[in-house]
Amino acid sequence: MTLSDSASTVASAPLGGDAPLIDPHAHFHTPYSNRIDWQRYNASRLEAGDRIGVRCHVASVLGSWGATSPTYFSSPDDQTRANDWMFDFAELHGSRVRAFVAVNPNFTTHALAEIERGVLRGAIGVKLAAARRADDPLVDDIASLAAQHGMPVLQHIWQHRRRDWPNQDASDGVDLARIAARHPRTTFLLAHIGGGGDWAHTFPAVRDYPNIVMDLSGSGIDRGMIDEALRWVGAERVLWAADLTLCTGLTKLRALQHTGASAADIEAMRWRNAVRIFPRGAFAAVLPEIAPL
Amino acid sequence: MTSPLSASPADARPIDINAWIGAYPFREVPHPDPDVLVRVLDREGFSGAWVGHLPGAFHRDPEPSNRALYAAVAPYRAVLHPAPIVRPDWPQWERTLATAKSEGAPAVRVYPAQCGMGPGHSGLAELMLACGESGIALHITVRFEDLRQRHAMDSAGDVPAATLRALARLSGSRGHLVVAGAGRELLEETHWGLTPDEQARVWYDFGWIWGPPEDHFEHLVRTVGAARLAWSSWWPLRLAQQARALVDLLPQPLRDRTPDSAFADGRSIALSALTAASS
Repeated sequence: MTLSDSASTVASAPLGGDAPLIDPHAHFHTPYSNRIDWQRYNASRLEAGDRIGVRCHVASVLGSWGATSPTYFSSPDDQTRANDWMFDFAELHGSRVRAFVAVNPNFTTHALAEIERGVLRGAIGVKLAAARRADDPLVDDIASLAAQHGMPVLQHIWQHRRRDWPNQDASDGVDLARIAARHPRTTFLLAHIGGGGDWAHTFPAVRDYPNIVMDLSGSGIDRGMIDEALRWVGAERVLWAADLTLCTGLTKLRALQHTGASAADIEAMRWRNAVRIFPRGAFAAVLPEIAPL
Repeated sequence: MTSPLSASPADARPIDINAWIGAYPFREVPHPDPDVLVRVLDREGFSGAWVGHLPGAFHRDPEPSNRALYAAVAPYRAVLHPAPIVRPDWPQWERTLATAKSEGAPAVRVYPAQCGMGPGHSGLAELMLACGESGIALHITVRFEDLRQRHAMDSAGDVPAATLRALARLSGSRGHLVVAGAGRELLEETHWGLTPDEQARVWYDFGWIWGPPEDHFEHLVRTVGAARLAWSSWWPLRLAQQARALVDLLPQPLRDRTPDSAFADGRSIALSALTAASS
């Protein structure tokens, strides 16, 4: 893929408004997954992002997406190859795409080495899927290393895990709160409050842990979800994001103005919180009107 | 009573085919009141809505729910078109349907999953046929919430495609079936399991179909066609902006040749049902 393959031809006003917008929860596919349409998928994401007004996709690749090891339990070799692809892709797209380094905590030495390698390749965050519960002691060294590099940890979350679900050792807000308490210097980005499960359980679970911020992504667009998130943790701890469905992302973006959030709150959710939690200068190139960063 | 076809005739904006008023038993939904719905519809570009009474979907007897619905929407009949519940396994359901007709309802709702009616249920078939003769669409809600978040007491499950196909395949039917909450898989399993004549009497709200980057919505617009896909808000359960977001995110060349009016809505479906019944 080249830049020209995916560059948007759309010049009209962004569907999500002119103000800066960062998507801190994105994914791309690779030639190593089972999808023969991986290039179309990636191009669609970038094109739709351009039309919505996303200035930067902060993205990860979860191993082979199930082709040669399970999506949420990626083998070290698959994850290394995926990270390499992600770093290359981010490099190709410059400021438009930034990378998370994704790791499997079951392979601690490998995971820590991948994070160091990721930092050298420009990664700006750590992605944890569901190979281990968030509060497992195996995650401690990863959380510590992320803090050393000033990077947030994006943790896949099932909102209120009432039972074990197939193909993942999912964590919920209570699990994440436990590790957040152990690592107060680490910022944890709680993934997709609209991504499945009961979001109402998550908000009180994380309320008292200021190092947990939540992203709005996921296919869920329940009325009341954003309002309750703001009521429990405030706009400073909520980030707009899309994950796998940019359509619901646009819907939630447009709904923000009807939640009672102030202009400053909406600005925080669109991009300011991302600027705060990711390493300094991570988005400087896509926020030229904002200085200094 | 106001006809769904004459409502705000100068307003060409789509009529939403899936909204409710009233509380939801499994979680709080903010201010699910008709006056709020009227304001939201206007704000989000709808000229009106087919409105059901949400609590009644989970009650045994639909009659109190229907009375509450008619009373609640009465002050807003230019915009809110009642879609009451008919249980074809409940005594005197034919009278309930007749009342719906006299009240100017463009559709009646049946909840097969909540009432324990599976594919091929004879009562559903009788209701579908009767709706066709009455010029009223039959509206089925596949699901209310994502499977992953449902309350432990919400064990009804989704309406399967087999139920939808069975209704659409009824011999001699003039019935019009409107399906709310279908994803791509269920929609395709239904649509491509029907003859062209049968396909032409089924519509699907598109609020649960994914846009980019999966692009299921684009795929269905290109294959099934916009005429089978209907505008909806899903208020008060879901954010009402989703249908517009999906249309706005269609690839620009496809969007350019697919105006809003290319999709179905409450007005076009109601007109089709009335025309079929009178033919």
